Amino acid sequence: MSFITRGFSGRSRERDDRLPPGQTLVHDFPVLSAGPTPEIDTAEWEFTIRTETGVHRWNWDEFMALKIDDVDTDIHCVTHWSKLGTSWRGVSLDTLFEEVETEQEYVMAHSYGGYTTNVPLDELLDGKAWVAFEFDGEPLDPEHGGPARLLVPHLYFWKSAKWVRGLVMMDQDEPGFWEQNGYHLHGDPWKEERYW
Amino acid sequence: MSDASSLATDASEAATPAAPVRTVPRAGWHTATVVAVHRETPTASRLELDVDGWPGNAAGQHLDVRLTAPDGYTATRSYSIASSGPSSRVVLAVDKLPDGEVSPFLVDEVRTGDLLEVHGPLGAFFVWEPDGRRSLSPAGRVRPVQLVAGGSGVVPLFAMAQAHAAADDLTPFRMLYSVRTPDDVYFADELMALAAASDAFRLDLVYTRRTPDGWPTPPGRIMREALAAAVIPAADRPLVYVCGSTGFVEQVASWLIELGHDAQSIRTERFGGT
Repeated sequence: MSFITRGFSGRSRERDDRLPPGQTLVHDFPVLSAGPTPEIDTAEWEFTIRTETGVHRWNWDEFMALKIDDVDTDIHCVTHWSKLGTSWRGVSLDTLFEEVETEQEYVMAHSYGGYTTNVPLDELLDGKAWVAFEFDGEPLDPEHGGPARLLVPHLYFWKSAKWVRGLVMMDQDEPGFWEQNGYHLHGDPWKEERYW
Repeated sequence: MSDASSLATDASEAATPAAPVRTVPRAGWHTATVVAVHRETPTASRLELDVDGWPGNAAGQHLDVRLTAPDGYTATRSYSIASSGPSSRVVLAVDKLPDGEVSPFLVDEVRTGDLLEVHGPLGAFFVWEPDGRRSLSPAGRVRPVQLVAGGSGVVPLFAMAQAHAAADDLTPFRMLYSVRTPDDVYFADELMALAAASDAFRLDLVYTRRTPDGWPTPPGRIMREALAAAVIPAADRPLVYVCGSTGFVEQVASWLIELGHDAQSIRTERFGGT
């Protein structure tokens, strides 16, 4: 179902083939959060990966000692905005999983403040995801997920959990917070996997 | 994004469902007929839509509006819904963004009889339903509800206040509404009527640029002390809904936490960038 809207011509035709369907380019950085922004001290911060065999832990200093990537990428929010060519620094999930053995194929990301989101493990590896702590050359602002957030740019941005504190491996895919509240289990912006 | 529901916050624990799966109506694409348009404020219009096949919506939900140009170009934006219930009649109140593409069209161009494509209802977290189930505290008492609106952020909160009144729900409801001038108040008549009609709904207005004549306080942004005085105290464990610009919501939510409100009891919806 689609029809022409009477009287609408659209303001611009600067369509960019980097924009997925239904997305609009923005130059600011909108904030979407379901609750207050938590305050997290890096002295208390910890990142964990829990598997069927145990828990791997990194504190902030240990995390900063890992190999750090510069990431230039486009990001796409389910609420129809995209930002192109954003620059981040963070630790690749490939680096984190180098020392993690697991047979489990699904991940639930958990955040300070209680947010969760689910992603299949193979969509986090092979250079597709990071735990990012810098945006545009600055430490990541708390309202954008600082001190550290997941960055999974090939999926809608609600998958890039702000204030991430750890990953829990799962045998089966299960819905996280927004996925239980109406958002798609997977979230590919190129297929417009927005809502269920 | 964060989550204000209660769940295990330790990632070393097994994955716990974030919240019960909501039983809100399923979203879909619908054709909406514009049945009424009127100017809500100097910069905003109220649109009444009759939405074919609309399954009804809960108070606080939103929808997407998709506009299509003759050459196939489309633009889609999300708008909060100012109405709720099983009806196919859906009310929007749209603020015109100076550099916007969709909102100027909806505010200035749309007229009665026009057709719009809408997708919804959307969102199942920033909602309030008048059956009381949502507002039970662990102790089983009905929790009061505090609404905090900044500017056009009042739209989903108005839907909640109206749903509360329509259901004769006795849950104590209080709305704190920060707005630039008296002319900028959305749903002014309806809000005054709700406040006048029910002891269970209280409205507090804060004017940031210009007050009505004889207003007891000068115009200005809400400050922490004024917020503390105008919201249900943390000791009463209210469920709090905050909607407004990013800056407004960040400030209000952080003050609420300083005032002792539980982060898990504060639900937020923000618009705009940083």
